[in-house]
Amino acid sequence: MKRDLTCVACPLGCPITVEYTDTEIISVTGNTCKRGEAYAKTEITNPTRSLTSSVKVCGGVLPVVPVKSDKPVPKDMLFDCMKEINSVCVKAPVKIGQVIIENILGTGANIVATNND
Amino acid sequence: MCYDVAVIGAGVIGALTARELSKYNLKTVLAEATNDVAMGASKANSGIVHAGFDAKPGTLKAQLNVKGCAMMKELCEKLSVPYKNNGSLVVAFSEEEMDTIKDLYDRGIANGVPGLSILSKEELKALEPNLADDVAGALRAESAGIVCPYELTIAATENAVVNGVDFVRNFRVKEISFADGVFTLKSDAGELKAKYIVDAAGAHSDEVAKLIGDSCVNLVMRRGEYFILDKAVGDMVSHTIFQCPTKMGKGILVSPTVDGNLLIGPTAEDIEDKFDKSTTANGFKTIKTFSVKSCPAVSVRNAITSFTGLRAHPVNDDFILGPSKVNPQFIHASGIESPGLTSAPAIAEYLVDIIRNAMGDVTENESFNGTREDVFRFRHATDEERAEAIAKNPAYGRIVCRCETITEGEIIDAIKAPAGARDVDGVKRRTRAGMGRCQGGFCGSKVVEILARELGTEINEITKFGAASNILFDKTK
Amino acid sequence: MLNYDLVVVGGGPAGMAAALKARECGIESIIVLERAETLGGILEQCIHTGFGLHYFGEELSGPEYAAKFIAQIEKTDIVVKTDTMVLDISDNNLVTAVNKNDGLLKIQAKAIVLAMGCRERPRGALEIAGTRASGIMTAGTAQKYVNLDGYMPGKKVVILGSGDIGLIMARRMTLEGAEVKVVCELMPYSGGLTRNIVQCLDDFGIPLRLSTTVVETHGKERLEGVTIAKVDENLQPIDSTREYIECDTLMLSVGLIPENELTKNVGIGIDRITSGAVVDEMRQTDHKGIFACGNVLHVHDLVDYVTLEAQLAGKGAADYILGNSDENPCYVNGTTGNGVRYLVPQRVNINNKDDVKIYFRVGRVFKNAKVVLEVDGNVISSKKKVKLAPGEMENVVIPAAVLSSMTADSSIVVRVEE
Repeated sequence: MKRDLTCVACPLGCPITVEYTDTEIISVTGNTCKRGEAYAKTEITNPTRSLTSSVKVCGGVLPVVPVKSDKPVPKDMLFDCMKEINSVCVKAPVKIGQVIIENILGTGANIVATNND
Repeated sequence: MCYDVAVIGAGVIGALTARELSKYNLKTVLAEATNDVAMGASKANSGIVHAGFDAKPGTLKAQLNVKGCAMMKELCEKLSVPYKNNGSLVVAFSEEEMDTIKDLYDRGIANGVPGLSILSKEELKALEPNLADDVAGALRAESAGIVCPYELTIAATENAVVNGVDFVRNFRVKEISFADGVFTLKSDAGELKAKYIVDAAGAHSDEVAKLIGDSCVNLVMRRGEYFILDKAVGDMVSHTIFQCPTKMGKGILVSPTVDGNLLIGPTAEDIEDKFDKSTTANGFKTIKTFSVKSCPAVSVRNAITSFTGLRAHPVNDDFILGPSKVNPQFIHASGIESPGLTSAPAIAEYLVDIIRNAMGDVTENESFNGTREDVFRFRHATDEERAEAIAKNPAYGRIVCRCETITEGEIIDAIKAPAGARDVDGVKRRTRAGMGRCQGGFCGSKVVEILARELGTEINEITKFGAASNILFDKTK
Repeated sequence: MLNYDLVVVGGGPAGMAAALKARECGIESIIVLERAETLGGILEQCIHTGFGLHYFGEELSGPEYAAKFIAQIEKTDIVVKTDTMVLDISDNNLVTAVNKNDGLLKIQAKAIVLAMGCRERPRGALEIAGTRASGIMTAGTAQKYVNLDGYMPGKKVVILGSGDIGLIMARRMTLEGAEVKVVCELMPYSGGLTRNIVQCLDDFGIPLRLSTTVVETHGKERLEGVTIAKVDENLQPIDSTREYIECDTLMLSVGLIPENELTKNVGIGIDRITSGAVVDEMRQTDHKGIFACGNVLHVHDLVDYVTLEAQLAGKGAADYILGNSDENPCYVNGTTGNGVRYLVPQRVNINNKDDVKIYFRVGRVFKNAKVVLEVDGNVISSKKKVKLAPGEMENVVIPAAVLSSMTADSSIVVRVEE
């Protein structure tokens, strides 16, 4: 298999091509540095993303409070995580840093508030 | 309940006619098809008070223009509407065009226009130094002015309501029947009964007339596109600058507005769709080409917005005013294109005279108060007035629209006013919130919040201008 | 009338950092005037992460970045007035402001820091033909509706402009269940960060159409669709490439404009390219005692640089108030050479004893080029750059030693060598 990626390790944005099978990476080309190679490998084997959204607040001044995952979650679980986030209603008052959902969907990441409500 | 008069259409003609009717002991209803007043040509025109030299002598246009122009200043003072007697100039670019200027001068004299003079190139440039160098001369009309057309409509409606007129919105007349000397007007929202109808439905007045079987109103929709430029260039000219008129109208003008912006436009293009208020790439080009001809320094780079107005051009080239041949209790007020705004106060009197004469024993409303209570405008107030206003109502201390310096208090006033604002554009026209350089980027969402709070609804119920023009969908969570 | 040593206009990242720095430099009487209900400025609605990597060394969301400064302000006796709008600044530093509780406020300042931020370019400036339906809004307005009010401003979205706000909103709307049909970009390159193109568009299969713009909007009430078209090398739409796209929302992310109405009213000189004040290395404007920093001075790419710039302004204002600033500055204006659009600061006081960093932006994309700083025709530095893009701020440093060798007739040039 073959995939074209744009490296995001730095603003350069190198176009990288990765050849791989189900079990291994065969080649990484197009990168200008080691970081690019590492980025490309992770993108194929275990791509992750930070997730930010908001959570409904009950009894607060503001209707929603912003949240983030405290570590990246698997990219293919972003929409599943959104479903979880959308099903929650947190009681006011909410404090910045407060854990809203612990270990969301077993990813090891917590969903935490990023502002006071 | 049966009204004496139902005025259909709350444009400037309908609103001023309703106000004029409220001077008499008549039960009047002003029925508007949309969510607000001034939603047709009255909100999207040049805002010019024409002196009256354009129309052919002897026409209704000529007669009512000159009369309306003379009435405008006092009316605007009473209704607390911005008006400025800035004068107009029709500019010629050749000796041939100077001949047209002379014709216009003669026509103006025949129409009884005061304060007309023909200027030489030097006199013209001294008066307006930013005009093009190849001007040949101009016709100056000292009686011409500028007015805010939608504010006039809003103020007239408000004053009519204060004096007893009922205002009904979202009432699009779909059927009219007549029995025992009384009309029944039906819309999706219900029905109204009235002895007389004034058809001031603007672009739709031909359709309304057809509802009683009168097909004498023959209109062509003429699209006019405009740019509004930033206040930074609002003083490029002090007069309203016209070019020599053509068959399609008065051409592209460059004019200051009462709010301090510069207005350029309109184009003139006949179209089919009465609801088509889109702007076009060709229109933009035309405005650019012709506005720089008058004023080379005009640049659409300073544009803060553009808009389109539809004027209902009557095929016979004159206003259609008076009783229908089908039913004399149905009064036409159709084909009110330019100088319709200028003529409006005179048209209102003209129409009400017809109704009074027809009805016979109409008495004056002794409690009529033609003066609209002063509207607090933070931006125009002195520091002392501001401090005093905030002490009385703290909402005047909260600036919502930062570009135009509009306070929350003024927005609440606009919503609570008689026939007040129900949507974002309604607040904008009444207060100017969202009309500045950021065009509501910052204050738009705050206006939505204030509307929802004052009207007691959720913010996703609030629309831009009624109907399906909602701004928000469901909650995210 | 109130008296303060320092009045800071704006309580966003710039205003807060300037106030804190001035406090640290010994200024005791400081007031911050903020027009919104809370401190934090636009960061409050920027709930995505990516802030603070340079300044704090960690990746924060907008509210988190702001919260760090708000907490510091709260620990001081800096006076903060929110929901307060500055109406006017007079020639002698008298500030007129208004709010609900105090009514009209007159504040006499010794020095003023302008930190009002910027606004988004609206539709009117764009000449998009068509109807005035609802559903046409700037990306920032949409961001506020989604992130703060908790309402969806649209379900089927087209975004015009691929600056970072546009890209971020493409992802936000998608995650919240909307369908983002396409992001159009007038220029042949995106003004956004590569990371955002990958993680906000590519991740969700949202197409980015370069050299493409929206030429017409459709729909009489709510927006029903837009017509897009490719543009030629003069950025003019090509009629044969018109394409209709059904959508209920058009989001505009087409540029930011520093909000300098107050600045202009004082009569402060404005740079035509940045649309911000002309300043020296301490961010002092040509009106003594008035400083400017953050997006009101020039639109920044990262908030971290806003903070650093505001600290300079805060220090400059403190020096001015304490009488430590140079009474007889000797200014040399910088000049933009090949490929460079603007410089901030625009002028440098050569009596300054520290190194001076000059920020700039390039006018187009350069690959494998050099950034060259010349003083009096001598190359002071020449730095290789694999890539230079208009979306990213660059900088050069004039070392203190070079400054001390300069005279009033000296020249400073920053240019790109291809």
